[in-house]
Amino acid sequence: MTPRSDKSRKLLDFTVKAVSMGAALLGIFFLGWILFVVIQRGVAAISWDFFTKLPTPPGMEGGGVMNAIIGTVLMTGIATLLGVPTGVLAGVYLAEFGKHTRLGAWVRFTVNVLMGIPSIIIGLFVYSILVFPFGHFSGLAGGVSLAILMFPVVARTTEDMLSMVPNALREAALAIGNPRWMATLSILFRAAKSGLITGVLLSVARVSGETAPLLFTALNSPYMMKSLNEPVANLTVTIYQYAMSPYDDWNQVAWGASLVIMITVLLLNLTARLIVGGKKR
Amino acid sequence: MEHHSQTERHQGWKTSKSTDMIFRGITAACAALVLIVMAGIFASLLWNSLPSIRHSGISFLFSKAWDPVSNEFGALSSIYGTLMSTAIAMLLAVPLSMVIALFLVELAPPKVSYVVGSAIELLAAVPSIIYGMWGLFVFAPFMADHIQPLLSKYLGWLPLFQGPEMGIGMMTAGIILALMILPFISTVMRDVFAMVPDVMKEAGYGMGATTWEVTKDVTIRYGIQGMIGACLLGLGRAIGETMAVTFVIGNSSDIFISLFEAGNSIASRLANEFAEASDPMYMSALMELGLVLFLMTFGLQVVTQLWLKRVKRKMGGDLL
Repeated sequence: MTPRSDKSRKLLDFTVKAVSMGAALLGIFFLGWILFVVIQRGVAAISWDFFTKLPTPPGMEGGGVMNAIIGTVLMTGIATLLGVPTGVLAGVYLAEFGKHTRLGAWVRFTVNVLMGIPSIIIGLFVYSILVFPFGHFSGLAGGVSLAILMFPVVARTTEDMLSMVPNALREAALAIGNPRWMATLSILFRAAKSGLITGVLLSVARVSGETAPLLFTALNSPYMMKSLNEPVANLTVTIYQYAMSPYDDWNQVAWGASLVIMITVLLLNLTARLIVGGKKR
Repeated sequence: MEHHSQTERHQGWKTSKSTDMIFRGITAACAALVLIVMAGIFASLLWNSLPSIRHSGISFLFSKAWDPVSNEFGALSSIYGTLMSTAIAMLLAVPLSMVIALFLVELAPPKVSYVVGSAIELLAAVPSIIYGMWGLFVFAPFMADHIQPLLSKYLGWLPLFQGPEMGIGMMTAGIILALMILPFISTVMRDVFAMVPDVMKEAGYGMGATTWEVTKDVTIRYGIQGMIGACLLGLGRAIGETMAVTFVIGNSSDIFISLFEAGNSIASRLANEFAEASDPMYMSALMELGLVLFLMTFGLQVVTQLWLKRVKRKMGGDLL
């Protein structure tokens, strides 16, 4: 190392500290900017009609996105029903049975890889198995594509949370005569409860803001859906189509829908954090 | 054998060995689902790309033609756009994330670190479509009015910063991508920095080193592998990001050197054109684009996971 004067060392140190503080502030500034814009423009679009009326053509007063809100909630619900039980059981396998098996190693690796596959690719996949063969877009396909996105997240957190349960508890549960499945479902799950709930909340938060996979599966619709076997309106694709449209009033609706989605996602995240934080204390 | 199964029946279903076997079987089946899904993604994309692969062959990857009317398809401009926007994003996000992580671990008092860290994590939770809308309506005009004129005034002699100051284009897409992966990379880097044993840092401080010297010579040297892992994770995010990019990249099929010009990425082209692709060959070409993106991200993820496994063995901790 070349000897340097104290002054220049201190100066460099100060510069780095200032830059790093500036970078952190920059990050917060952008978060604030985005939140501010979405709230400011979104609030203007929100009214009672927004939640209770169907969309109107551009230029017509009134109208809302009730159908899209219901569609998003329903498809997220389907995704949760499909993705959470399978994901949890896969996580159970990884933590309880597959610690050292070959299947376990392959699955663990693939779960991590699947988490990094872009959601638009998942959309293409579901399009080719559930939309193209039937000749029409459907809400069910939308739900399935979201479920595939949830699955690895839930499996991964379940494995992590179950692995954190001390082995003594596992052994105690088995020692009093519980079969493996009861020890897992009634005792280990209870011990890992808050972690599991957090995982589910975060995965729901993740998919409820997803747009790309729905573009190829549920698409969108200006009508109230009659069944899940047809294109189903949803908030995110509505945002995409309305924001890209040249009509000011549609853009406005897109801001309103963005606000609804953003608040939902941030609330889910905050709840998940509170659960984890509450446990630490 | 006979006797054994008899006693099992007496034990009742709740405690019998076979129920446990069934339970194990069900969990294993659910676990195996992920393998089926992964294989299914690859198989379906490949199957649907076959017409296009037969039609265009290898030149699909090297042609920048994209003309649905005359059935001429090439992925070059999309691949270029994907790589270019990702490169801009990484170039901006990696150094920024590093100094943010440094701030969170070394400089900020615990309470400030917690609040700032949480805020930055929330930035990661904002759905990408909201970044897209904000980008289109707020950030792109801001770029056009304030940033791009400055760049072309002072750096305009570089071909990178010439052309129309429209706001929409490769540069804005890259910056928004950077913003999206920044919280992701900085959170992982923060965890890496926090894993460095305190004794090692204290030894550095004890010798009279400044915070930056300890960071440079102890923390970074110790955590470099984990930091690379963080970058790989961020890269994986950026490369397949769809909505945020689709809003602001401008959807042009040309390749320009200037970052002010519009372009397209694989994901943005899919999002834009999929609905209008009625012709089977057009559809197949889009599927082949999807296949290219899948193979790119799959390869990247495999490398990432193998790398993280190595880091885990060395540092004894999990990174995401």
